[in-house]
Amino acid sequence: MTDVLIAVALVLVAVTATAAVLNHEPLRQALVLSFLGLTLALLFALVQAPDVSLSQLAVGSALTPLMIVLTVRKVRRGTGDSTASETTGASDDQGTRGDRDAGDRDAGGGEERR
Amino acid sequence: MTLLPYLVAGWLFLIGVYGIVVSRDLIHTVGCLSVTQSSTYVLLLAVGYRDGGTAPVYADVPKDARVVDPVVQALTLTDVVVGATVTALLLALVIQLHKRHGTVDPDQLSALKG
Amino acid sequence: MTRRARFVLFLVAAAAVALLFVAAFVRLPPFGGDFHPYGDRAVRAAFAHRTANAVAAVNFDQRALDTLGEETILFSAVLGAVVLLRQIAGERRRPPRRARVSGAIRRLGVAMLPVALLTGLYVVAHGQITPGGGFQGGVVVATALHLLYVAADYGALERVRPLSLYEIGDATGEAAYVVTGVATVLAGSAFLANVLPWGTFGTLTSAGTVVVLNAAVGMEVACGVVVLLATFLDQAVEIEEPSHAPASGGTPDGSGGDAG
Repeated sequence: MTDVLIAVALVLVAVTATAAVLNHEPLRQALVLSFLGLTLALLFALVQAPDVSLSQLAVGSALTPLMIVLTVRKVRRGTGDSTASETTGASDDQGTRGDRDAGDRDAGGGEERR
Repeated sequence: MTLLPYLVAGWLFLIGVYGIVVSRDLIHTVGCLSVTQSSTYVLLLAVGYRDGGTAPVYADVPKDARVVDPVVQALTLTDVVVGATVTALLLALVIQLHKRHGTVDPDQLSALKG
Repeated sequence: MTRRARFVLFLVAAAAVALLFVAAFVRLPPFGGDFHPYGDRAVRAAFAHRTANAVAAVNFDQRALDTLGEETILFSAVLGAVVLLRQIAGERRRPPRRARVSGAIRRLGVAMLPVALLTGLYVVAHGQITPGGGFQGGVVVATALHLLYVAADYGALERVRPLSLYEIGDATGEAAYVVTGVATVLAGSAFLANVLPWGTFGTLTSAGTVVVLNAAVGMEVACGVVVLLATFLDQAVEIEEPSHAPASGGTPDGSGGDAG
């Protein structure tokens, strides 16, 4: 039974990782990476590594995606809105949207921890 | 089942490196690097797993309980934290690069071409 | 090298690596096998020092020197990010706009903040008994503070986050680890050896120096992550580049030299 669960978690990890790599849009990739962190945490819990699972949950699904989102926001704000506007909408409310984006990710992390 | 965890670890490594090679956005590259790094977590924990073992935490199990390997878990814990800091440092470099050159596309960074 | 050449080179290398991987994997001990010589020894060593969480025993007792190295990596990475992302000449600091947050989210955030903070501290404090410890709890504490950013706005977060205090905390955590190591040497033992009384198995004060080192790591990780996120948030929210930033696709111009 445990073996089946571990196998399912492993396949989930492989699929999510592939999706994360194939997503070339950094904001969407951050979201998928967040899911990858979750599936990895699940896998680690199943192979009896609660310490690592906790750490992966906090770092992989909250911290890393949050930093990526903040970097995207910084980089998009500085220059050509041509790439930004096609994915994040009108450039003048881009600031608040980026804000909330980052916040959402953080809130997600907060919920996952509990 | 005996090979699946190792194969998934190998797949994570290769797909992550693939993402790094074809990436057109340095933020995406950093995300792919974190996927590559997750292969080491899976490999380490797979090596330490023991069928029917429980977590190596003896607060509520008898001292002769069958446990999985705590050494690889400690290594993975280190790995997760170092991975996050490396991601942070690389993202800081990406922001700096963008400030200097106005692009995050590695192919447009003419200053780096040798 | 063109993209195509790079891709072909990758395919060749990847095929070779995949072959080597499979060749190595079939010779590895089977998944779930019973042969764990290091694990068995580590568990016995953990019992000898009355540490209930064998992972914490490996991290803070048997491999304490490695953890010092890891802490130093964390410390240097935070330092590097702060130096790279500092405010440079020509950049303006713009006060963040006030954000409107719905009442429900604000109340939920304010209610969850102390719970998340306490959970983080609990996870740090019980590292030697239950799963968790300085690394996991530290990250939870640091991200819990950022609930304020979700519940209110960046200004509110900045008011409860005197950054210089966290920078000092980061350095103190790192220093406390080294000082503990030096103290064990002065006590007549090896660097970072577990010389404190080991206490009773399974209690908060068990495991000797593991408690001290765990707390030091918790402090450094919590403060370090706060500082790290603050530098990124500053860049994303407050700091603006000079009004005539290099346009998209622009070539590197003379302005590159003014920060160096």
